[in-house]
Amino acid sequence: MPERQRHGASIGQPLTRRDGPDKVTGAARYSADFKPEGLAHAVMAVSSIARGRVTHRDIAAAQAHPGVIAVMTPENAPALAKSPDQKDNPFTFRLDLLQNDGVRYANQPIAVVIAETLEAATEGAALLAPRYEAEPVSVTLGAGEIFSPDTIGAGSATDEGSGDLAAGLAAAETRIAATYDTAAQYHNALEPHSCVAEWDGDRLTLHTPTQALWIAKGRIADLFGIPPENIQVVCHYLGGGFGSKGFIAAPQILGIMAAKMVGRPVKLVTRREQMFGPVGHRAATRQTLRLGASRNGTLTALDHHTLTLTSRHDDFVEPSGILSRHLYAAGAIATTHAVSRADIGTPIFMRAPGEASGSVAVESALDELALELDLDPLEIRLRNYAEVEPITHRPFSSKALRECYAQGAARFGWAARPRQPRQMRDADGLLVGWGLGTATYPAGMMQGEARATIRADGTALIETAAQDMGQGAWTVLAQIGADGLGLPIAQVELRIGDSNLPNGGLAGGSTGTATGGTAVHNAAQAAIAELADLAVNDPASPLYGAGNAGVTARDGRLARNDDPARSEAFSEILGRAGKASVEAKGQGAGDPASRKAYAMHAHGAVYAEVKVDPDLGQIRVTRLVGAFAAGRIVNPHLVRSQYYGGMIWGVSLALHEHAVLDPRSGRVMNGNLAEYHIPVNADVPAMEAILVEEHDPHVNPLGIKGVGEIGITGTAGAIANAVWHATGVRVRDIPITLDKLLG
Amino acid sequence: MSFPITLTVNGTARSIVLEDARVTLLDLLRERLDLTGAKKGCDRGQCGACTILIDGVRVNSCLALAVSHDGAAITTIEGLAQNEALHPVQAAFLEHDGFQCGFCTPGQILSAVGLIQEGQTGGDPERVREGMSGNLCRCGAYAGITQAVLMAHAQMTGPDVLPGRQIAEDAA
Repeated sequence: MPERQRHGASIGQPLTRRDGPDKVTGAARYSADFKPEGLAHAVMAVSSIARGRVTHRDIAAAQAHPGVIAVMTPENAPALAKSPDQKDNPFTFRLDLLQNDGVRYANQPIAVVIAETLEAATEGAALLAPRYEAEPVSVTLGAGEIFSPDTIGAGSATDEGSGDLAAGLAAAETRIAATYDTAAQYHNALEPHSCVAEWDGDRLTLHTPTQALWIAKGRIADLFGIPPENIQVVCHYLGGGFGSKGFIAAPQILGIMAAKMVGRPVKLVTRREQMFGPVGHRAATRQTLRLGASRNGTLTALDHHTLTLTSRHDDFVEPSGILSRHLYAAGAIATTHAVSRADIGTPIFMRAPGEASGSVAVESALDELALELDLDPLEIRLRNYAEVEPITHRPFSSKALRECYAQGAARFGWAARPRQPRQMRDADGLLVGWGLGTATYPAGMMQGEARATIRADGTALIETAAQDMGQGAWTVLAQIGADGLGLPIAQVELRIGDSNLPNGGLAGGSTGTATGGTAVHNAAQAAIAELADLAVNDPASPLYGAGNAGVTARDGRLARNDDPARSEAFSEILGRAGKASVEAKGQGAGDPASRKAYAMHAHGAVYAEVKVDPDLGQIRVTRLVGAFAAGRIVNPHLVRSQYYGGMIWGVSLALHEHAVLDPRSGRVMNGNLAEYHIPVNADVPAMEAILVEEHDPHVNPLGIKGVGEIGITGTAGAIANAVWHATGVRVRDIPITLDKLLG
Repeated sequence: MSFPITLTVNGTARSIVLEDARVTLLDLLRERLDLTGAKKGCDRGQCGACTILIDGVRVNSCLALAVSHDGAAITTIEGLAQNEALHPVQAAFLEHDGFQCGFCTPGQILSAVGLIQEGQTGGDPERVREGMSGNLCRCGAYAGITQAVLMAHAQMTGPDVLPGRQIAEDAA
C-alpha cells in the first residue's frame, strides 16, 4: 500500500524540517545566543585535582582585574533552599554548587567569576590560581570495593534471569567465556551546557539547553525555594543532548546563582574542557559473557555480568546487561551488575545507556561462539531468535527483526561472506571483513500533555513543552497534530520548547515522539470532539444530529460519516457558534495493561564492512547497512537521519571514543575535541538505512516506537565482528584501535 | 587602551572600537555585533562550529583575534542568503537533511561554501568528506552533509558530476 494512503496526509510524509530554514540561516537562537539588557558574563573555575579540598583562591587578584564584578565562592554564594546533595529520588542527581571547599572529581566547579565582558571573566577565573590539599584518588575500573547496586540505569533490577544457568552451561556442547572492556565516554554535544539567567524578584527567566523542561523547572524551584510557576525555562533549539542535558547540571545552576548574586542577567557557558566531569558521562564497563550452546547453535545458557564504575558521591549504574533480558532466546539467562566507586563525576544516561555498551559485548560473544560452532553469524542469530521475550515469556507487541535480518542481508550481499577470517582483500591489498550485529532498544513512553486549539480562522495551534534536540519534534509533532485535526500541516502552528506550555515529557530514552506524539494526537482528537459537539447540536449545521462518532475531520472540515457530502468548515462551525476557538488537552502515556501484557522493543540488523591495512593496522569502516523496524514511521526523511546518527555513534563506540583518565591524578588526559576522538566526516562510510515495515497495535494509538538510540546498538558489534573477520584478531578492548591489532 | 578597526561584515562596513585586545572575531561577532549564527563549540579550533569566511577563505573565528583582522571582509551565516533566497549550500543542507540539532550547521555551511570556492574537490565524495572534516557534527548528519555539498557544488560550478542519491528508498 502506498505510504500516503497507509498513513495520514502528513504522517508518513518525508517532509523537510520545519525548523530547517532557521537553522541554515543562523536565525535559530540557542541558549547562549540571548543577550538581555545589562548582561554580565560568568566563567567557571574548575578543580585540577580529583579529590581533596580547595585551600586557597586568589580572590583579590581576580577581583582586581578590570571588569570583574564578583567572584562567587562557597563563602559568598547565594544560599540555596535545599542542599544540592539531598536526594529525594533516584533521578535527583547531586550537584556541586559551591556549598563547601570539597573536591570530589576533576573539573568540578570551585568558583565562578562574573565580569562585564567574557574576556575579563575568563582572565579573572585564571587569576584565581587555586591551591589544594589533594588526597589519593582511584579512578580505575575494578579498583576499590565492588558491590551490588540497588538498581541499575533508570531503576531497573540489578540482577535478572531465568532458568538454571549452571545446568544450561553444563548441558552445553560448546561454550565460550570472554571479557570485553568498553571505555568511558563523554557526550560532548556540540553545544556546551550554558545558560542565560535573569531574575525579576523571585521570578526567573532562563534560557538553557535541556531535554526536559518541566524536570528542569522542578529542580530549580526546589533548589531556590520558589514555586515552579515562577520559573520560565525557554529552549527552542537544543544543540545536542544525548542524555547529558536530561537533567539540569551544575554549571547551569551556577549561572542562575551568579545572576542572583550580582542582580543582573548573567550568561555562563561551560568551556569544552569543563564538560569532562560535571555534566555526566558513560562509565567504562568490563563485561564477562559466558555462552553455552548445543551443537546446532541453540543457546542453552547466556550469562552476562557487568562491572562498572559510579562516582564516590552518587549512584548511576550503566545497565549493560539489560539487553540480554530481551534479545536472544536461551535455555537459561543470567544478567548481573556490580559496581565500584571512583573519584569521578557521576555517570549518567548517554545515548542508548546500557544497550550501547552491552550490545558490542553480546554481539562479539555471539560471533565468538559461532566461530566455535562453524556457523554463519546470521544463522546463529536466527537459531536463537526470541519468539517471545526470553525472561518474561511475554509476546512482543510487534517484532519484524526477521525481516530486518533478511532485507539487510540482501542489500549488503551477506550471502557471499566467507566463513573464515582474512579471506577478502580489495584491489589495494587491504584486508576486508564483514560483520553483523543485532540492534534493539525498548519502545518506552514517558508522561506528557499537549493542548490543541482550533481557531475561528480555520488554523490550529498545538502546544506542548516538548524539546527538539535534532530528532525532529518541530516537524513530526506538527505532522501528528495536522492529521489528528484533519488540517493541512501549513495550517498548524506548533509551540514547543517553553516550560510555560503543558508538560511535554522528556526528549530522551527514545520516548519523545511516542509520548509527545500521543499527547498531541489525543489533544487534537479531543479538540475535534469539542468542535463536533458544537456542530451536531446546532440545527443550523449540516452535521446536526450526526452524533460525535459520526463525523470525520479532513481538510479543515468536519464531514458526516454516513454522508460525506454533508460537511462544514471548522471556521463556519466556530463562526456560527460565536467562538474564537475551541481547545482541549490530551495526555501521552503508555497504557498500563498493554505494557504489562506485551514486551515492547524496536529491532534491527546492522551489516558492516571494514578495511584494515595489513601492515599499519589502520581500520576504516567502508560500508554500513542497517535495517530497522520501529513501528510507524512518522517522517522517513528524519527517521533515516536518526538511524544514520545512531550508526555513526556505533562507529564511534567501536573505533574512536575513549576518555583516558590518569590513574595518579584522576584527571581526564584527553578532555578536548582534538584528543577525545569522535568521527569526522571522512570517518563515515557510505551508509544505508532500510525502514522495515512494522505495524504495532499495542505500543500506543499511533503505533510509534522511538528511533533515536537503536542505531548505535548492533552497529558497534557489527564493526567489531567485521574487524575480526578482516584480520582474524579478536579485540575485546573497545574501542578497537590499530595498536590493539598490531600488539 | 582602545583599538579601532574597520571590518566589512556581510557587505556592510563597520567601524569598531575594541576596548580589549583579547577579543576574538568569534566573540566580537557574537557578543558585540549580535551575529550569533557562528557558534562556540570548543574555543580552540577543534570543532569548526565558529567557521566564517575571511576574504573568502574559511577560518575558525575562535582562533582569530579581531585586532589582527583590521580591514578584512567577513561573511557569516547571516550574510549568505540574498534577500529571501537561500544560498545554494543552505538550500542543499535543507533538502538533504544535513543537520539535526543545527548547532554545527552555520560552520558546516560556511565551510562548504569555502570548500567549493577552493575548487579542490570536484564532485568526488571522498574529497568532499576529507575537506569537510574540520567541522564536527555530533548528531551524525555527515551523510546528508556530504550529499548537500555535492549537490551545491554541482549547482555552483556547473554540471560536471551530479551526485546520485545514496540514500535507499523505503524497503516497503
